Amino acid sequence: MRDNSYASVMGRKNEIMKQAVGIDYSKYEIEGIAFDYEKMMAEVGYSLEEVTKIQDETSVGNTPLVELKQINKLIQRISPAGKGARIFLKDEAANPSGSFKDRRAAVSVYEAQRNGYKGVIAATSGNYGAAVASQAAKRGLKCIIVQETFDSQGKGQPEIVEKARACEAYGAEVIQLSVGPELFYYFLLLLEQTGFFNASLYTPFGIAGVETLGSELNRQMIEKTGRSPDYVVVTHAGGGNLTGTARGLKKAGAAQTKIIAASVDLSGLHMASDRDFNRKSFTTGHTGFGIPFATFPDRSDVPRNAARALRYMNRYLLVTQGETFYVTELLAQLEGMQRGPAGNTSLCAAISLARELDDDQTIVVQETEYTGAGKCPSAQLSFARENGIIVRTGNPEDNCPGKEIVLPQSPRQIHYTEMDMKKIKTSYVKQAVKNYDKQDFSDTERAFMAQDLNMTVETVEEILASIN
Amino acid sequence: MSGKAIRGQWVKIHRIILNPSQRAPSVPEDTKKCPLEMWLNGYLDQDEAMIGEEVIIKTVIGRSVNGTLTEIEPKYAHSFGKPIQELLEIGPKVRDFIEQGDIDER
Repeated sequence: MRDNSYASVMGRKNEIMKQAVGIDYSKYEIEGIAFDYEKMMAEVGYSLEEVTKIQDETSVGNTPLVELKQINKLIQRISPAGKGARIFLKDEAANPSGSFKDRRAAVSVYEAQRNGYKGVIAATSGNYGAAVASQAAKRGLKCIIVQETFDSQGKGQPEIVEKARACEAYGAEVIQLSVGPELFYYFLLLLEQTGFFNASLYTPFGIAGVETLGSELNRQMIEKTGRSPDYVVVTHAGGGNLTGTARGLKKAGAAQTKIIAASVDLSGLHMASDRDFNRKSFTTGHTGFGIPFATFPDRSDVPRNAARALRYMNRYLLVTQGETFYVTELLAQLEGMQRGPAGNTSLCAAISLARELDDDQTIVVQETEYTGAGKCPSAQLSFARENGIIVRTGNPEDNCPGKEIVLPQSPRQIHYTEMDMKKIKTSYVKQAVKNYDKQDFSDTERAFMAQDLNMTVETVEEILASIN
Repeated sequence: MSGKAIRGQWVKIHRIILNPSQRAPSVPEDTKKCPLEMWLNGYLDQDEAMIGEEVIIKTVIGRSVNGTLTEIEPKYAHSFGKPIQELLEIGPKVRDFIEQGDIDER
């Protein structure tokens, strides 16, 4: 009988993964940190045309692009003369399970079926679980979703409990765990025991699936405004949404479009802390995932992460929980669209950004998500109060993750905080030094880092010199 | 609700995956004090059982898993929450704002 202890299963990680994703990642390894990213994406992933065909089969994509006319009127009100860009929203909640994650799941589940796997497993507490469960249902595959749901008191995060309900509604088995990164250990054990496909968010399939989102929104913007958008704001967590959208935009020829990441600022809360777990009012789209995944993408559940956000990210803007709940309310009350809240992080940043841009410029907020029990602002804010968090109206600058949620008094108070991109990129290099346990990187490795960071080799060398 | 489940009934089980001493070294101190726990729903795969007993269930996809019976016909307890006064005020206030601007602009 196999040794199923923590250490032993973690030791079999590579072997289990190879079996479970059907990708021989060693083919793309070059040296140390360096691997051939584009070769991996080209050989393993699918072309835009192929992905469109796969997604058509299960009714994924082709979601509406909505001009937020009322919100744009509001932006005009709060912007100086000549300023106030127009915002368009890609209504991804119109996908079968209610979020853009269907695009990623569609390709992964297709790949699983094509290779004869009997079922799929995904480790996710978010919309991706519902997406995989929904796509598995459509293709007649079995599905297991593994979630981090409860704290040690057995108190469930309402948003995650809702996702469990959705997954069960689509016929998936839902395994719910208490807080901790060892979820990955149990996930590996399940992959080994079932022989199912690992529908990871971070394979080339998962990223190729999002490329259609970028190309679609570009086509819709050309139809509506005559040109590509000036800015696309992406809610950023693991990096797949941003990477896939940006790649799709590039493939569609939108070379000038700026890619803006947006996350809810949850600084100060530890993602693996039992105590902090239920003090978060956002379970994704926050800095707790956004920063670690941007600065060390290969921390994911596959050997090489296809989501590499810093290759494509032009700016990174942070907003508060209170501002995002406020904007979620605006979307419902002014546009008649009840969505989110997590997907509205980018809308929140976009409203603030729009005020600085000329009024002939355009911004696309590239996703919405379904809402409901556990997810909507009243559910999350009630839960926050039950957990001793102060909820009040005031100045959003007083927001304090885990302690206080401050809803703005006026739309004028919505302001993003800009992250220093140089600092994030420096942090990537520091992570490389730590994880590869060396200070001297070869020319090939430095060239790879330069590509991964969208900067020159000289700048990478300067950063390396500054840390050493 | 009776504390006895019968074969085929939809139930929830609980089990410990890792004891505190088996947890990963990287885990923060507060988490390390707790076991890693699991909950799972499925059909009771034995004639009958009482809450608190060790049982076997068959999950919705047909896997057999054992654990302690914790709930019979488990319900989803999440909700839309209570009305939040601070949220209710946002819509009417912002509609007025679009029409009339700030109070200090009037």
